[in-house]
Amino acid sequence: MSIGKSEVEYISRLAMIDVAENEVEQVSAKLSKVLDLFAQMEAVNTEGVEPMAHPHDVQQRLRADEITETDQHEKLQSVAPATAKDMYLVPQVIE
Amino acid sequence: MLHTLSVKQMSEKLHAGEISSVELTLHYLDRISKYDPELNAYVTVTPELALEMAREADERLKNGTAGILTGIPVAHKDIFCTDGVKTSCSSKMLDNFIAPYDAHVVTLLKKAGMPILGKTNMDEFAMGSSSESSYYGPTKNPWDLNAVPGGSSGGAAAVIAANLAPMATGTDTGGSIRQPASFCGITGIKPTYGTVSRFGIIAYASSFDQAGPMTRSAEESAWMLNAMSEFDQRDSTCLEMERPDFAASLGDSLDGLKVGVPAEYFGEGLDPEVEKIVKDAIAEIEKLGATTVSVSLPNKDLAVPSYYVLAPAEASSNLSRYDGVRFGYRCENPADLQDLYKRSRAEGFGAEVKRRIMVGAYALSAGYYDAYYLKAQRLRRMVRDDFTNAFEQCDVIMGPVAPTPAFNIGEKTDDPTSMYLADLYTIPVNLGGFPGMSVPAGFAKGRPVGLHIVGPYFSEAKLLNIGHQFQQVTDWHKQVPAQYQ
Repeated sequence: MSIGKSEVEYISRLAMIDVAENEVEQVSAKLSKVLDLFAQMEAVNTEGVEPMAHPHDVQQRLRADEITETDQHEKLQSVAPATAKDMYLVPQVIE
Repeated sequence: MLHTLSVKQMSEKLHAGEISSVELTLHYLDRISKYDPELNAYVTVTPELALEMAREADERLKNGTAGILTGIPVAHKDIFCTDGVKTSCSSKMLDNFIAPYDAHVVTLLKKAGMPILGKTNMDEFAMGSSSESSYYGPTKNPWDLNAVPGGSSGGAAAVIAANLAPMATGTDTGGSIRQPASFCGITGIKPTYGTVSRFGIIAYASSFDQAGPMTRSAEESAWMLNAMSEFDQRDSTCLEMERPDFAASLGDSLDGLKVGVPAEYFGEGLDPEVEKIVKDAIAEIEKLGATTVSVSLPNKDLAVPSYYVLAPAEASSNLSRYDGVRFGYRCENPADLQDLYKRSRAEGFGAEVKRRIMVGAYALSAGYYDAYYLKAQRLRRMVRDDFTNAFEQCDVIMGPVAPTPAFNIGEKTDDPTSMYLADLYTIPVNLGGFPGMSVPAGFAKGRPVGLHIVGPYFSEAKLLNIGHQFQQVTDWHKQVPAQYQ
């Protein structure tokens, strides 16, 4: 299966990863190769087979609704690229 | 020479007061500064932390609170968050990331008293089979500097092989402990999914990721797995059950053990020298009292495509957290929020990581979800059921870890799918969530080859004993490359 330029643009949007104009050809060639690998699945009859998401049949655990974590925002924000007044800074979104 | 001792011998000498942990730790730090520049197996070396922890271990050895691993240095794969230490996952994205907390595995091994020598190199975000995709450059195989050490835990395997640490941690999503263990001639086990907590392990594909020990011998892996494994509330998939003593079975006889040998693991594409080594190893295990039975894993070939849909799909979701906002790399002068996201990710991730995120996002997108993602999950069950059926006829399955010995650096970097196919024997085990181990079994063209031993869920103690018994009658695991002896 071959992926064209418009599909690379679509995937770049989905993945939130910029693909430069001069990379499109290489990206599409390599993605196409991976999709060829996927094509091997098509011929397999999987009727009646339940999708398997996880190796064990276990349920999500619940816990008591109690506060167990302490406030560590200073430590956790110390690795952020930009903060002010305990908030993360991003480019302006609303005019 | 301290590094030529087994961990058992080191532990005895530490407990007897013949050596100190500080002495042992300094010895390894010295070797690292001497040999690591050519191997590039460490991303970060932490001498101050190591010596501080070694001094604490020496206190415990004196006051009687020391365990078997107290004072034995350890190297952590750079995927384990380590409080106050750079944790990069070998990515530019996390080159500036100082982890603000410890992974559960790190907490447990600190509790065991193991000084941290540093963080080992790997494929970026654990996506690869050669450790070549690291932002910090490839790690070299101590057996042959032209060869890859395998991956993604290639740095961990190389530090054990070259005696730059006596014990190391690794993670295995599609073979990332077993394949480098095979390529570097060391022992490594991936436990049953859910045995070791994933808390603080930088996520790649959460329904596959599992951590395990990488050591010289199976006995050492058993001790380390004992120390690494404990129920942890903070990983929702960590199994809430009592962990057995993984070393309790070491010493059991292999009399009556039924070894399943799948015909599909000895077919086309398998290097004839590797085939011979693996068959000879199985014959050696028969001499110890085991019998072999032929089993079938008919859906083996579906495992690679299934995995390369599911793992990237999970990765595309897990890696969405790298957005240039809360931690990690941020691009210069973003024009707007979209530009911040798209450019930070484009500049911060390497080519293979970007490829897997894109493939995963595509497989999950409208119109392809059923054809790719759900289809792959159905194949996952078929592959798992193959093993479940085979285990009705045998106790364990044996075969090769990888189709070839270590390949050359640069040999497979141009074609991603040829690299993917290097994992065809290890991936099925991750799809099922079964435990799997690699033990050194010989050399092909001067490069090590491992024997792959796979068991049903929770059979780690049995696998480790099989490895241990094999290592009582062979010395492949004791071989060290001439320049690192």
